[in-house]
Amino acid sequence: MSLIKQTEKADVKQREVMNIVIVGHVDHGKSTVIGRLLADTDSLPKGKLDQVRENCRRNSKPFEYAFLLDALKDEQAQGITIDAARCFFKTKKRNYIILDAPGHIEFLKNMVTGAANAEAALLVIDAQEGIMENSTRHGYLLSMLGIKQVAVLVNKMDLVEYNQEVYEDIKKNYATFLEKVGIQATCFIPVSGFHGDNITRHSENMPWYGGDTVLDRLDLFHSAGLPVDMPFRMPVQGVYKFTQDGDYRRIVAGTVETGRIKAGDTVVFYPSGKKSKVKTIETFNAPEPDEAVPGMATGFTLEDQIYITRGEIATVSGEAPCRISRKIVTNVFWLGKHDLVKDKEYLIKIGTSKISATLIEVVKVMNASDLSNEAKDYVGRHEVAECIFDLKKDIAFDLNNENPVTGRFVIIDDYEIAGGGIIVDQVKDKYSRVRDYVVMRNLKWEKSIIGRDLRSVRYKQKPALVIITGDEASDKKELAREVEKLLFDNGEYVYFLGIGNVVYGVDADIRATQSDKSLKDPNRQEHIRRLGEVANVLLDAGMILVVTAVELTADEIDMIDTTVVPPHICVVWLGDKVTTDVKYDIKLAEGDYKKNASIIRKHLSERGVIFNPLL
Amino acid sequence: MINQLTHLDRLESKSVHIIREAYSNFKNLCMLWSIGKDSTVMLWLARKAFFGHVPFPLVHVDTAYKIPEMIEYRDRLAREYKLDMIYGQNEEALRDKKTFPDGDCSRIECCKRLKTEALKNTLAGTWKRYRMNKETGIYEVDSNTEPYTGVIVGVRADEEGSRSKERYFSPRDRNNDWDVGDQPPEFWNQYKTDFAPGTHVRIHPLLDWTEVDIWKYIQREGIPTVSLYYNQGDGKRYRSLGCYPCTSPIQSQASSVAEIIEELESGILSNIAERSGREQDKEDGGGLEDLRKDGYM
Repeated sequence: MSLIKQTEKADVKQREVMNIVIVGHVDHGKSTVIGRLLADTDSLPKGKLDQVRENCRRNSKPFEYAFLLDALKDEQAQGITIDAARCFFKTKKRNYIILDAPGHIEFLKNMVTGAANAEAALLVIDAQEGIMENSTRHGYLLSMLGIKQVAVLVNKMDLVEYNQEVYEDIKKNYATFLEKVGIQATCFIPVSGFHGDNITRHSENMPWYGGDTVLDRLDLFHSAGLPVDMPFRMPVQGVYKFTQDGDYRRIVAGTVETGRIKAGDTVVFYPSGKKSKVKTIETFNAPEPDEAVPGMATGFTLEDQIYITRGEIATVSGEAPCRISRKIVTNVFWLGKHDLVKDKEYLIKIGTSKISATLIEVVKVMNASDLSNEAKDYVGRHEVAECIFDLKKDIAFDLNNENPVTGRFVIIDDYEIAGGGIIVDQVKDKYSRVRDYVVMRNLKWEKSIIGRDLRSVRYKQKPALVIITGDEASDKKELAREVEKLLFDNGEYVYFLGIGNVVYGVDADIRATQSDKSLKDPNRQEHIRRLGEVANVLLDAGMILVVTAVELTADEIDMIDTTVVPPHICVVWLGDKVTTDVKYDIKLAEGDYKKNASIIRKHLSERGVIFNPLL
Repeated sequence: MINQLTHLDRLESKSVHIIREAYSNFKNLCMLWSIGKDSTVMLWLARKAFFGHVPFPLVHVDTAYKIPEMIEYRDRLAREYKLDMIYGQNEEALRDKKTFPDGDCSRIECCKRLKTEALKNTLAGTWKRYRMNKETGIYEVDSNTEPYTGVIVGVRADEEGSRSKERYFSPRDRNNDWDVGDQPPEFWNQYKTDFAPGTHVRIHPLLDWTEVDIWKYIQREGIPTVSLYYNQGDGKRYRSLGCYPCTSPIQSQASSVAEIIEELESGILSNIAERSGREQDKEDGGGLEDLRKDGYM
């Protein structure tokens, strides 16, 4: 007998598996319904039912199906493979995993965690107690989580003498509520978990009900079909290259969310707008697949060596493009320990991108029970609100009604996921125009055979942009020339781009004619955009570029950052007093230009821009 | 045209996605490999995720009481798959014979010393790590003592009680403590990948897999496994592998993967815990919650 068993690859028989979540207000009978389902479908371990009945008899308490779950929990503690939070049972059609989501509000985050993985939901309402706070809150959250198939079980019908009116009343009110939050209930079923009415068999107690039992309904739920007909979306998880192992493939990896992709398709990445053609769909230990479809963790190689990074969304050219913005209108549910407030920096994660964000407006806070609105300027724990966020950088996304998967996000507060949300609209921000140009430019960019990497190796440097700013009086140009000379002497490919080189030629059509052409220049934004465009060409050529401008603001630096394809940007403030809100990397006193230039050179060396040793 | 994914396809893709998320978010990342069937499937999923490569080290906590075949199998696969293989152990307890087989302590205490303590200190870099030299195949003391901030672990929710309460990305604080009652929410493929300095995150790509899923995947992919899992003619096989003084085989005729799948699906084992052959579980009141709160896998 050898040490290792080498198994031949073989096909395996697999049944379909569906995840169902059961939600509802505390004590409305979720456990009883599950207990019944397990018992009546014969899914319990042998003798379990008798054992629980016997226990009840001995302790002279009435048997309840909910006790089955408790018993399973005890057993789980002894290592039997049944999970209390997840119950397994099967029908002729398929296997089910039922996730029992806690009804207590303290466990809302557990409910969200459980529900987000489900393909359909059972929502339980107590016929006697009626619609309660968490009946509506859970309903609302199901809608935000994107669960479309919801069967509402009006439970404990035995306690209201199987009265049809009670049922119809709840049905009417709750259906109206669901409609308001954008869900159409798949069906309503009057049940008694305690007596088993309409759980797995039709109830004789409610002849007025002619619909499905819970079990029939489960089998009628659609297994989430693959959204192959939607536009292709794949958030990039990483670009992998394992050359040290002798593998020269450069693979763009990620999980397909919607649509399909195959070799030969033209892909466009957002927010950068870069594009190329898919060369191969990659895999391991399997033949190359013809295509990648939603749900597949996959990867592909490209025809061109374009520079893209984690966080971009891959789309297919010719299909609907992603949206790009820095300002999004959202519906948010907040689970955080601390309130969601303005003037605090959060992180927003959409797909695989993660970006700093601030809350700039709370449009309204909704009461999940009656959907009434409240005007507040913060969002408290377990509240749902419409909010506008300002993002630090461009982000690619879709509106939730266009594509639920790329139209949702989570918010990180103090290292924790503290809330989730869906994007309902975007706001045009001041960069919209600039960004549209950039996306179009990148789409149309003529690629050369010589890529960025090759140039870097030849020039022993990475492209970088050194921006020297300061008040009008400071001698920025003098410093810029000194930096240029020092780097040139060190063997770098460097260029000082004076603003005059741009203003009188490239900007001739918008140059201010009056003498006052400083900050009040109405075309200042356009001047800076064009400077950015010229810089972008030189950076693409592999240069280290030194530019100067008077009193640049944080916003203007952001705009330059939007315009140039990511090189290293180094912002230098020259002068003692900083007169704008700019965030600089280096602040220098005026005077000794040689010393100042060598500080900048050292900075570039430390940031890995210059490979040459400093002279 | 592909219009449906099978259950195994879905499990595989989700695990690959999680492993890739871990790789992108943790600079000091490692994967625990216990040589058993689950973590070997996980290793395979890592190769799926990175198209045949494993771009982080595999860490094995060697109690020195592993069934010898397991160590041989480990090193053989490490060479074959070009793995960055590391092991660590509680050298002091072994040297001073402070173990259960030496009669010094209970099974639980022994687990704490040889596994939990060894694991904690190997991950933290406070004890020696041994790294396989890829040229010679020989283990050498690793000069890297930086702590791992992300640790990929092959636990499954259906194995036993405390594991069913896990998240895919589960934070541990400075003392390795796990706050079961207050875990972060996880939804829409978004996990906890941000963490405060000094803390680390356990990543569980196999959480949704069941025992039979594991065997079906081994079958589908043709993954090599240790022979101890199979009946070799004496009507016994190991269902879960651990240290030999504390692990016993079950009665079984299954001598191939297909037969194991058949055995599991027949339901004859459904009332017997998968880890029933693991004696330390019984000492821990049945669940591993106490051991696991303390840092056990």
